[in-house]
Amino acid sequence: MPVLTERKTQPQYDVIVVGSGAGGGMAAMILALNGVKVLMIEAGRNYEPVKETPMFNTPEMAPLRGAPTPDRPFGFYDSNIGGWQVPGEPYTNKQGTEGDFWWWRARMLGGRTNHWGRISLRFGEFDFKPKSRDGLGVDWPMNYADMAPWYDRVEQLIGVYGENDGIANAPNSSPGVLMPPPKPRVGELLAKKAGRKLGVPVVAAHRAVLSQPMDWKNLPKVLFPNNPKAQEILGKDMMSRAACFWATNCIRGCSIRANFQSTTVLLPPALATGNLDIITDAMVREVVLDESGKATGVHYIDKVTRRDAIAKARVVILAASTCETSRILLNSKSRDKGGLANSSGQVGRNLMDSVGTRLAAHIPAMEDLPPMNEDGAGGLHSYVPWWLVNDHAKLGFARGYHIEMGGGRQMPEVKSFGYLDATSPGVYGRKLKEEASRFYGAQFSFSGRGEMIPNKDCYSELDPNVVDQWGIPVLRFHWKWSDHEIKQAEHMQQTFAAMLEGMGGKAKPLSGADAIQRPGEIIHEVGTARMGDKAAESVTNQYCQTWDVKNLFLMDGSVLPSNPDKNPTLTILALAWRSSEWLMEEMKRGNI
Amino acid sequence: MSESSPISRRNALKGLLSGAAGAAALPAIAAPNQTEPAPPVHPSRFVFHDPDFMQPLKFPWEKLLSAEEMATTQALADLILPKDETSPAASEVGVPDFINEWVSADYPAHQEDREVIRGGIGWLNTESFKRFSKRFEELGVDQQSQIADDICDAAKAKPEHLVGAVFFKRFRQLCVGGYYSHSQTWKSLGYVGNISVGGPYPGVLPEVIEKLGLQDVV
Repeated sequence: MPVLTERKTQPQYDVIVVGSGAGGGMAAMILALNGVKVLMIEAGRNYEPVKETPMFNTPEMAPLRGAPTPDRPFGFYDSNIGGWQVPGEPYTNKQGTEGDFWWWRARMLGGRTNHWGRISLRFGEFDFKPKSRDGLGVDWPMNYADMAPWYDRVEQLIGVYGENDGIANAPNSSPGVLMPPPKPRVGELLAKKAGRKLGVPVVAAHRAVLSQPMDWKNLPKVLFPNNPKAQEILGKDMMSRAACFWATNCIRGCSIRANFQSTTVLLPPALATGNLDIITDAMVREVVLDESGKATGVHYIDKVTRRDAIAKARVVILAASTCETSRILLNSKSRDKGGLANSSGQVGRNLMDSVGTRLAAHIPAMEDLPPMNEDGAGGLHSYVPWWLVNDHAKLGFARGYHIEMGGGRQMPEVKSFGYLDATSPGVYGRKLKEEASRFYGAQFSFSGRGEMIPNKDCYSELDPNVVDQWGIPVLRFHWKWSDHEIKQAEHMQQTFAAMLEGMGGKAKPLSGADAIQRPGEIIHEVGTARMGDKAAESVTNQYCQTWDVKNLFLMDGSVLPSNPDKNPTLTILALAWRSSEWLMEEMKRGNI
Repeated sequence: MSESSPISRRNALKGLLSGAAGAAALPAIAAPNQTEPAPPVHPSRFVFHDPDFMQPLKFPWEKLLSAEEMATTQALADLILPKDETSPAASEVGVPDFINEWVSADYPAHQEDREVIRGGIGWLNTESFKRFSKRFEELGVDQQSQIADDICDAAKAKPEHLVGAVFFKRFRQLCVGGYYSHSQTWKSLGYVGNISVGGPYPGVLPEVIEKLGLQDVV
């Protein structure tokens, strides 16, 4: 199905959605399927994964054999357009910051859903009430039971593989919701065996990849009861998504639409309704208000012509990504000089990323195995949920992490052979080839993704001195980890080393301070316009509606009050769906 | 970047924008209440920032190594990864050209490598000339190996060979990376992926499960 972007706008829409990623894509689809007229505005270019994805391209077809560069930090074939630096769109770090924040942007239709790891973990019951549990951070305005049905719906809509393990705070999905996970690779089995001795549970990963064809006959009826048009559109769309064929890395995108991207799963059915217009290459500068303080639309810059324009609607939804959404609020005119919807003073504050560290080792047991296809689902098949959720008093840090893993016989790349420096110094000629083959696929690594607690030193604000090439004031970041994160990073390294040694490797764990990755490097930034149950302490209510402007909603990672170790995309999708349904009810009730 | 493809809207737009009259020739678009077709892609696409995977991808910078430097590069690459019964020589899968791209790329890390590799090629030919009065690529394999043996392991190299040893280590890394990132070497290496597989993912071979004692975790 073509994702076509006609550069046209109507005089007035029901809803404007700024951003086309997980939150914006979901909101636009749910609204459009229900007859709401939607205009989506995307800062990046049009992008058509079915046509553009370099699925089977090999490294020798790319400049520099596809190796990562500052322009394409995840390798040449990564789908993302953008990255930690976007030409003409700078950001700054404030003097006194303890480490520069790296702000990753996607400038393409579908946003970062084209790139993400597809790891889809539900937040658990403890994750929604962290302050009640340990006194730190803030609680969410809802609890897990409120969210569980929405997680079910999202998992059924996008297709998630995984298993129910009954582990505390790693919730089960309802029966029949998850697709069967692919079998583990050899390194993952060795990790599982090592984990058993250490009490570290290695279980099936949850990822948004179709391990089998979708149940297109029944799922649309389950998901959209009493909406025959939505059922028809979704049925056709689900039928046309193929199951994974166990090749190529998901970050390239997926031309057969086996994994979840907004551009392959949400936008095609949304466009098929005829209720959605999309403008790309349009950078929103601010939300426009009337004299009563109600939002009337957005002011954007057409990047192609550099012309200013205004689009109008009854409701505005910002889903531009965590920091971009808060930037738009801070740049919007308001009676409050602190920016729009900011009577609480919380916009831009509470910035969180995930804590990340990694450790790899050579595993002799994986040497010289017969060749096996280990591409698999283009990402991990197994992971470790946080298993010490009741032991924090002993651990010395308040929140947990999950473990991702990888290695084995992945597609050889320029930088895949660093191990030869250690295994084979001084070797060249035929013997070097023999050793390269013997040791290829015998590397394995663990990565932690841990929860960070919001703190007053991590925030973004407008830089008073710098504008981007569109004349829009840029963000300036400030950062400081707390001991909770550093100690957690240290625990990760000790665990990874124990796991790698249990697998027969030799590992050298780093200290927490040395191991912890840069702020922003994990690309799980959330929290800059958090939701809550009091207007004085939060920016939105539990339905992503700003307290100050009733027809302004924020449907991306900015509203997350905490950043559990589970990757945020699944929750952003669930929140956007739930909030969009509530928004439609409010519109029907005449409240908006 | 060359534009050999048929004139698409993208290319037409690109041409317009690169000309002085470009801005004037573009239709006024995107103001509310107007209807105009969209430019389908970003008008300027630097190959590393926003590659067009539907077009042949060209290296965007001038390649800096001279013909003489390339001859030395090829000789050393083929000494490190020679042809044998099951796999090609380094030069048969484009390793010298890859190294030329690598040291010519306009990024700081590559500029550092450029100094190491160019300096090292110069060092190698000077050493070769001192010992045999010939450039490195003009030597036989035995003579080439005599020099390589002195620089292949930095931990064991004599002080007077250390510059060569630092170069050799980085050159070998690039050589191996360039070699095995070419799909023609994958079979001999043992990489059998990048092909579509129908049905469920097959998982680990039974004999491997048995060999590694993984029966109880399958």
